[in-house]
Amino acid sequence: MCLAVPGQVKQIFEANGTRMGRVNFGGIEKDVCLAYMPDIAIGDYTIVHVGFAITKVDEEAAHKTLALFRELGMLDEEFGEERPVEEEANHEVPH
Amino acid sequence: MKYLTEYGDGEIAQKLAHEIRQITTRPWALMEVCGGQTHSIIRNGIDQLLPPEIELIHGPGCPVCVTPLGLIDQALEIAAQPGVIFCSFGDMLRVPGSTKDLFRVKSEGADVRVVYSPLDAVNIARQSPERQVVFFGIGFETTAPANAMAVKMARQQGLKNFSMLVSHVLVPPAIEAIMTSPGNRVQAFLAAGHVCSVMGYWQYPPLAARHGVPIVITGFEPLDVMDGIRRAVAQLESGRNEVENAYERAVNFDGNGTAQQILNEVFEVTDRAWRGIGVIPKSGWSLQPAYREFDAAYRFSVTDIQTCESTLCHSGEVLQGRLKPNQCPAFGKECTPRKPLGATMVSSEGACAAYYNYGRFLNISAAN
Amino acid sequence: MNFENWSCPLPLLDYPTIVLGHGGGGKLSAELIEHLFLPAFGNPALLNLGDSSVLTVPAGRLAFSTDSFVVRPLFFPGGSIGELAVNGTVNDLAMSGAQPLYLSAGFILEEGFAVSSLGEIVTRMARAAYKAGVQIVTGDTKVVERGHGDGCYINTSGIGVIPDGLQIGPGLARPGDVILVSGTIGDHGMAIMSVREGLEFDTVIESDCAPLSELVADLLPLGGIHALRDPTRGGVASSLNEIAASSGVGMIIEDVRVPVEPEVQAACNLLGLDPLFVPNEGKLLAIVAPEKADAILDRMRAHPVAGRACVIGRVTDKHPGLLVSKTRIGATRVVPMQLGEQLPRIC
Repeated sequence: MCLAVPGQVKQIFEANGTRMGRVNFGGIEKDVCLAYMPDIAIGDYTIVHVGFAITKVDEEAAHKTLALFRELGMLDEEFGEERPVEEEANHEVPH
Repeated sequence: MKYLTEYGDGEIAQKLAHEIRQITTRPWALMEVCGGQTHSIIRNGIDQLLPPEIELIHGPGCPVCVTPLGLIDQALEIAAQPGVIFCSFGDMLRVPGSTKDLFRVKSEGADVRVVYSPLDAVNIARQSPERQVVFFGIGFETTAPANAMAVKMARQQGLKNFSMLVSHVLVPPAIEAIMTSPGNRVQAFLAAGHVCSVMGYWQYPPLAARHGVPIVITGFEPLDVMDGIRRAVAQLESGRNEVENAYERAVNFDGNGTAQQILNEVFEVTDRAWRGIGVIPKSGWSLQPAYREFDAAYRFSVTDIQTCESTLCHSGEVLQGRLKPNQCPAFGKECTPRKPLGATMVSSEGACAAYYNYGRFLNISAAN
Repeated sequence: MNFENWSCPLPLLDYPTIVLGHGGGGKLSAELIEHLFLPAFGNPALLNLGDSSVLTVPAGRLAFSTDSFVVRPLFFPGGSIGELAVNGTVNDLAMSGAQPLYLSAGFILEEGFAVSSLGEIVTRMARAAYKAGVQIVTGDTKVVERGHGDGCYINTSGIGVIPDGLQIGPGLARPGDVILVSGTIGDHGMAIMSVREGLEFDTVIESDCAPLSELVADLLPLGGIHALRDPTRGGVASSLNEIAASSGVGMIIEDVRVPVEPEVQAACNLLGLDPLFVPNEGKLLAIVAPEKADAILDRMRAHPVAGRACVIGRVTDKHPGLLVSKTRIGATRVVPMQLGEQLPRIC
């Protein structure tokens, strides 16, 4: 369940009595229902599922998580020797 | 895409895999509840990066897979009625009923249309006032707000020709059912991230306490899933059973209050049959009596449905995590995506389809 | 033909929409030929107006291909059924290494179809044919009753000549061969999705519909090309699976090497689609000998239609008949043949 993707709110308007938004997903834009996000503002990021915004992206939390990931293993001296999973030998493609 | 692509970084994935390997000292069985997570795991090969002690049991979090057979048959009957425009999410089109699926009904002349959102179905109803427009409202809690709003909009716009065939399923009762079923091996749960975006995770602490299982709210991108696994294993290794949020950018404890309010207004809890599993009490939502005029099950009288599930199909056991798809005797033989016996082979989230499509009956990887 | 000054002669016709008579072979049909098809496609063979077109072709092996076009909507960002109908068959011929020469064009029109739309489609076909260096030398028009067709279906068949001694085909891929793609994938399919009812979205994505015959003609003299395929229906995944099966070899590609425009990827993310299965109409896959790969790639990149060409994988003797991909996180997945149409999903 739950194929939902993050996008940025570009415009907010009303249609047929409902709060709608123009949301930009990595370059493509679609009209999305904002009825469940009464406080969302232009410039905010939101997660959209089947044409409805269901939550606002907590950008601070997002950056914090990524920063934590990037710090992983930096203190672990052994890490350099750990080999990533190889799917088969000599799969290096030229170029 | 911002706030998506970054969470697929290959180097960080390797680091997380290393972390998991470092902290794992014994075998553990984790269940990812959501079909979207199953899909991500198999498609990205996340399980190939885990130490052999970690087993991922795929949960019943695929609303397509668990929609009761009787309801599919009902949908097919309604779709076949003259004048009906039957709108559905793409996932449902090839799910087998007792004898047919929506695709076949469409090829026989029914007006079946794939839509991205229930709003599209409302728009079609508005634009075609002389036709009956029916929307197949399936899904977990993530999709329910959209379906609820579609019904409200239909009322607001005075649409007399719109109705919805509703089959919503709920996650917490499913977790309860899994934990209390005999032979259950699940020791920790990765809870469904987007379900929790809507519902929050206030429902989970009693579950974690009652059954002594860690529950980690987890996202869908590779790093999100791996971080969820890492945190669950860390809890298991240290004997904790807490509810933890590993998807903070999209989930908070309370969830979406506006959505929950509308859900309570439009839907009521009901017992629900889960295909392949059986009835789980209070595990579904149906339309409240106040919205009965929009309930397609009432608007269309369908003849007695005689459901008939294939006897070769073991999707129920797969959905409960008791059988891996490639352990099913029919897997790849009588049952393939081309001629599926059960919904788990049809849905892109279904474990059987994922295993088949991503080659999990073959020994491709040297690491396997 | 000089297209700058050519204008559509349609205003001269009495009928703004197609009627059954236009397919009947009588006066209405003749008017359509005289005022629409001939001016657009005009060439000596066609102008003879015989039951068949008599052509002179060079001696040697002929490539012969046919394809029918039923796309909806008829007009989409970056093209129409017209360009598809011409380029589709031109490209099929080019994938055999042939130089395309002559096309036929058969139309099945729905009663009530706007003649101006037909005119637009035909104009675009003429332009595409000119650009691809082919002539449309014979054709046919039939009309079906209203409600029995999607406005306009087109079939094109084509012939081309294959250079002497050239051996390329789907059964000739060898372990060690390099897999090249001529550019970004998924553009055409997602351009269509963006205007399909119920799924529409706003985008700059355009179909990549283009003729590839000139590109192929540039590459062949370099030698080392074992197989060519344009990944239309079923996308790159299906084409590579087909070649793997025909040649009895395995293939391995890397997800991160497959070029996809960010907007196309975003659209796929939104609808839950995999770009590897999305159709393309102006791209080719080339399976080439490893020692020639660099030279072929350089020549591709110098060509306007293949500026983003790159290596995406290799042919292997392991797992014959299977296409496997290394995922972003360094694991593996099998990439299967597509079963039916890829459908947008909510899960």
